Amino acid sequence: MNYFPDEVLEHVFDFITSHKDRNSVSLVCKSWHKIERYSRQRVFIGNCYSISPERLIARFPGLKSLTLKGKPHFADFNLVPHDWGGFVYPWIKALAKSRIGLEELRLKRMVVSDESLELLSKSFVNFKSLVLVSCEGFTTDGLAAIAANCRFLRELDLQENEVDDHRGHWLSCFPESCTSLISLNFACLRGEVNLGALERLVSRSPNLKSLRLNRAVPLDTLQKLLMRAPQLVDLGIGSYVHDPFSEVYNKLKIAIQRCKSIRSLSGFLEVAPHCMSAIYPICGNLTFLNLSYAPGLHGNKLMKLIQHCRKLQRLWILDCIGDKGLGVVALTCKELQELRVFPSDPFGAGNAAVTEEGLVLVSAGCPKLNSLLYFCQQMTNAALITVAKNCPNFIRFRLCILDPIKPDPVTNQPLDEGFGAIVQSCKGLKRLSLSGLLTDQVFLYIGMYAEQLEMLSIAFAADSDKGMLYVLNGCKKLRKLEIRDCPFGDAALLEDVGKYETMRSLWMSSCEVTLGGCKSVAEKMPSLNVEIIDECEQMEFNLDDKQKVDKMYLYRTLVGHRKDAPEYVSIL
Amino acid sequence: MSPLLLGAEEEGQSRVSSPSVECISQNGLGIREWNYLGLSDFCSVDSSGVPDDNGNNLNLKATELRLGLPGSQSPERETEHCFLNSGKLDEKTLFPLLPSKDGICSSSQKSVVTGNKRGFSEVKGTIYTEKKWMGPGAVPDSQSLQPVSHGKYSVAQASVKKDGPANVIQEQPCTSNGTKVNRTDISNNSSAPTANRAQVVGWPPIRSFRTKTLTTSSKNNDEVDGKPGPGTLFVKVSMDGAPYLRKVDLRMYSTYQELSSALEKMFSCFTLGQCGAHGTPGKEILSESKLKDLLHGSEYVLTYEDKDGDWMLVGDVPWEMFIETCRRLKIMKSADAIGLGK
Repeated sequence: MNYFPDEVLEHVFDFITSHKDRNSVSLVCKSWHKIERYSRQRVFIGNCYSISPERLIARFPGLKSLTLKGKPHFADFNLVPHDWGGFVYPWIKALAKSRIGLEELRLKRMVVSDESLELLSKSFVNFKSLVLVSCEGFTTDGLAAIAANCRFLRELDLQENEVDDHRGHWLSCFPESCTSLISLNFACLRGEVNLGALERLVSRSPNLKSLRLNRAVPLDTLQKLLMRAPQLVDLGIGSYVHDPFSEVYNKLKIAIQRCKSIRSLSGFLEVAPHCMSAIYPICGNLTFLNLSYAPGLHGNKLMKLIQHCRKLQRLWILDCIGDKGLGVVALTCKELQELRVFPSDPFGAGNAAVTEEGLVLVSAGCPKLNSLLYFCQQMTNAALITVAKNCPNFIRFRLCILDPIKPDPVTNQPLDEGFGAIVQSCKGLKRLSLSGLLTDQVFLYIGMYAEQLEMLSIAFAADSDKGMLYVLNGCKKLRKLEIRDCPFGDAALLEDVGKYETMRSLWMSSCEVTLGGCKSVAEKMPSLNVEIIDECEQMEFNLDDKQKVDKMYLYRTLVGHRKDAPEYVSIL
Repeated sequence: MSPLLLGAEEEGQSRVSSPSVECISQNGLGIREWNYLGLSDFCSVDSSGVPDDNGNNLNLKATELRLGLPGSQSPERETEHCFLNSGKLDEKTLFPLLPSKDGICSSSQKSVVTGNKRGFSEVKGTIYTEKKWMGPGAVPDSQSLQPVSHGKYSVAQASVKKDGPANVIQEQPCTSNGTKVNRTDISNNSSAPTANRAQVVGWPPIRSFRTKTLTTSSKNNDEVDGKPGPGTLFVKVSMDGAPYLRKVDLRMYSTYQELSSALEKMFSCFTLGQCGAHGTPGKEILSESKLKDLLHGSEYVLTYEDKDGDWMLVGDVPWEMFIETCRRLKIMKSADAIGLGK
């Protein structure tokens, strides 16, 4: 079978970078499996409880980059109790003990303690890159350890983490000898930073390409930083508030004009909207613009800004842009691929929101649109059908109507037909989130048409078990299914338990599944962990199998029950 | 499955794509039937009373078949169904439900029916379970969705009248048969101000980090212009001698000068005097005399009532502090303003 020496095959495998492809390669034969595993440097683990660190280390001794995801997605929305799990410490401890030369660690929705960060910083000489997304459990002390000990640190990227901010000295912990920084993102920190230390750090980092500041960095510091780092490609502005007639502002204008490489702009955590003209010179080159944390920017000022951004490919904004503003986007941003519209006032009276009109305009004006996250006041079937016709290339389509079971306000029909049109037209659809009034019908459409669907999020939908069955039977590539508040019960859950082994995970909360049903799944499928999350501890007092389960999370695993589950989680 | 899904709305013929066809044939009868089956099993502790007794409250007119094209409204169905706006929702139904607004109305009432602690969606789930059990009998083959979906619609719009103080009315005729009214009209007629949506846990699905950040930015007003967060700050402006008051949104301005110009324009119809903002651009703090200059010579001064109820002269404190403490504005004759605190 092998006509080539191992080294040749290894070299060939070097060109295969996608995880999926490398996984496939490793299944061809024993020989390929062996070569692949020794040469594998990057590993992605979508559920940290599906495998143990020991087995990871045993299989991939050449590991350099590890990506781990912890909590289920619905944890983002407070549906998973705080200490459910997802601790990274055991992983770092195991890796530290081994001879793995870890260089990169990317974590999402995990609990990261200062202790973990410190251990990480001291255990891997060549550690280069730490990316934390939606994590929690650490403070700026942990960051100080990373700064102080990782001598060759290139990337420190903190995205939307809950960090206990002990105020700014962590930046001063970067030694003078640290000149390797390429990316520094601390926008999510809420506290003060040592501005002098920041300026010096940026001055001695000639390779710095990405810099995202937090709210505590004022405009005059921004100006100084830009003067020292005109090579920036990605900029996140902290505070953008100043007097338009001041010296500082003039200096800023000059500094910005020197930054000809900026392609990505975000932040504006505090903003004086009448001073946006300084930004115009770089708008023409922007491919990514994230204003979703800048509620101060809206109306005409926002539109004027967008009108300068002709090359935009990704746009994240708040719904105060309005349908009109989306019309401006449609006219201006012909290269747009990804649009995310977040609610600026999610629990309010909804007068600021966008409607189906805005989406239709964008779909008409931006034919390359393939990724959408859209929080809106309302949606109609007609609009969705039009969008489906205009943009058949959707890969991600996530629609969130603020009122979760709102029907089509024009016809009072459920939105089955609209979403049906989306799945039928967008043959490459991989991720879908539904909302609005929906019956079993929409799931029939999804089962029939959404052949490439990998992730589906359902809330407050369907009439019966049929809905869930259509999906489980039809979507062959489904990996993640998360359901809340739907009338799916044991019949649907138990119809094809083997299916869950082909998926990463299934989440069902506030549905109709019973304890008995969940037990049945666990019994039939020992390769699954079936977790019952019971915060109110109802289960303790009433172990009746007919009891409805509030939250169930099941996932495939090679290592059986996890040992770190809190009291209120029972693994069946 | 109809290949012409994209044109489904016009088609309306294929069974699968248009449940409304089936519903039409069943009309009010079907609704009442489901009503009974759906609800009697769920009347629980709250003893909302059997809905059948209140059958008269089923507005048959509302269930009348109306086939309109998408987009046509049925405006005359209004007041009878505005029970939702009576504001008499039981506490139980309010938490953790969404208040009466648009499509939520029916669901909030559903939860009343079941008394289920898990909120409206739970109720929805419960009702559907019932129907599911009926499913196998009523739905012999997997393709036939009609009875289920039909039933769902009708139960969803089932009428429930609760006796007692709660007085929650759940009334919506079957929407699937093409009737247009219900929720939209009700919401259009909603006189009850929807202050805040009651919050269902985890909805809308926004990362808590984002929610916290945006809330913080609305609190940190200090140097921020524009509208962070829910963001308008309307205050009343009265002027001595003017027949009526005005309102201004303080967040629209970032300096005293801007506010002053705006007020001038607003009240110019009541006074003589020139417009035209003098004053140094860029200065946030205007002295008393400057304000006098701007406001029609020395005739008027601008004053405000602060949080403590004291009347102060505008212009002494930094702008950001001013908008945080200002309750309302008054353009006074300077003669009357003597002795105002600073």
